[in-house]
Amino acid sequence: MKPAPFEYHDPRSIDEAVALLARHGADAKVLAGGQSLIPLLAFRLARPAVIVDINRIPGLDYVRNEHEGLAIGALARQRQLERWALDGSPFLCTALRHVGHAAIRTRGTIAGSIAHADPAAELPALLLCLDGSVMARSSSGQREIPARELFVSHLTTAVRADELITEVRLPGLPDGAGWGFLEVARRHGDFALVGVAAVVALRNGRIAQARVALFGCGAAPVRATPAEQALAGQAPTRGTFAAAAREAAGTLTPDADLHASAEYRRSVAHTLMVRALAAASERARGPG
Amino acid sequence: MPKTLLRLRVNGEDHDVAAATHKTLLEVLREEMGLTGTKHGCELGECGTCTVLVDGQPVLSCLALPIELEGREVTTVEGMAVGGRLHPLQQAFAELGAAQCGYCTPGILLTARALLAENPKPTRQEIRTALAGNLCRCTGYTKILDAVELAALRSTGGEP
Ligand SMILES: Cc1cc2nc3c(=O)[nH]c(=O)nc-3n(C[C@H](O)[C@H](O)[C@H](O)COP(=O)(O)OP(=O)(O)OC[C@H]3O[C@@H](n4cnc5c(N)ncnc54)[C@H](O)[C@@H]3O)c2cc1C
Ligand code: FES
Ligand code: FES
Repeated sequence: MKPAPFEYHDPRSIDEAVALLARHGADAKVLAGGQSLIPLLAFRLARPAVIVDINRIPGLDYVRNEHEGLAIGALARQRQLERWALDGSPFLCTALRHVGHAAIRTRGTIAGSIAHADPAAELPALLLCLDGSVMARSSSGQREIPARELFVSHLTTAVRADELITEVRLPGLPDGAGWGFLEVARRHGDFALVGVAAVVALRNGRIAQARVALFGCGAAPVRATPAEQALAGQAPTRGTFAAAAREAAGTLTPDADLHASAEYRRSVAHTLMVRALAAASERARGPG
Repeated sequence: MPKTLLRLRVNGEDHDVAAATHKTLLEVLREEMGLTGTKHGCELGECGTCTVLVDGQPVLSCLALPIELEGREVTTVEGMAVGGRLHPLQQAFAELGAAQCGYCTPGILLTARALLAENPKPTRQEIRTALAGNLCRCTGYTKILDAVELAALRSTGGEP
């Protein structure tokens, strides 16, 4: 199938882009890497009258250390961040390598993946796990939207139709923390059936803080708050992780589809939470 | 539908093409430029047969708009052989029977070329990972992996 005709604009500045979005509202769609939008156009699941292609806005393809973490411009590609992360950011690198295949990551942007908000996507869950945020601009101003308020539902975020995400802010790991990232998919490169991103910080042999974000477990990525609360102050043992994961898994409401039943997803979520937490606490304990 | 005039750099030459902006790079290469070596599969990013290189990196031409690629260097399978001499990957694919129906071959050749440019001596696992987005319905992949290994070996001087 092929995309239907649309009116095409390629603004050369953020101001020009948000003016177009203000003018066309819900009739317009932003085009970044196109790796989710063009399939939607080809399937005719989306049929915007106007495309606002941001690829020609200069200076938006940056990845830099800022705000005690990373500031990632709207045109930074997934592959670009993956190369950047090769040196010293294994958590990011691991998450990125689960996103589709290399050819998709060459064009796909970090901001586009977050704006698209597929409930089974890795990067929204990573943002949620690290308590990151996005900067959204419209013709009437700029606001920062924390990840916890961003992901509303299936392919739906708190970003308005007249807003452009200009930057993704990804904080680093807390001091002394380790990470775990695991997913189960039918084939390498597919969207996950279920996935988990976890961070554990230890103090005096106990869990100072645990964070767990799940994807593929409902209409949007979620933090496993019951598990996080149950773990604070506990000793980092398999038994503790299993009990916390059981509590969190019980509260999940995953979808059932062609690929897996809700029960199967809940069970995989439990297993992956235990393993990701164990891996995170192992790394927190280890030399680096 | 009005057409836009585009200047695309494909296989080292500039081409002026008139195409509607909603046409993908795949359509423009095949239908406007007659470069039918790039194959048309799912048009959804799932199969990899439409892979071309943009500035040396693999890109799915079914998910790219040509207008975004003005000023970039596009390489298709037609650009692999030089002066009638097959690229070492093409030579190895032909010798080892790594193409059967051949439908997946252009995308696989270009993806493998990008891999070898970055990593001249990949392990078998690295080749598998690089080619994971390229489906082949005929070969069972073994000969494709063998051929990429052979081309890598020859290109790094370890001729068999
Ligand atoms: C075969 C295939 C497999 C894939 N597998 C995975 C996978 O396993 N995991 C995964 O996470 N992803 C996967 N993807 C999707 C891929 O990661 C996309 O690149 C990503 O979801 C969207 O990024 P993009 O830059 O291509 O955005 P686009 O496709 O250009 O846009 C996607 C949506 O976001 C909006 N948007 C984009 N940028 C902005 C912005 N700056 N501000 C506001 N709105 C914006 C667009 O309007 C559109 O609605 C896959 C894609 C394909 C084709
Ligand atoms: S035709 Fe482009 S990936 Fe299948
Ligand atoms: S040779 Fe037929 S699909 Fe690969």
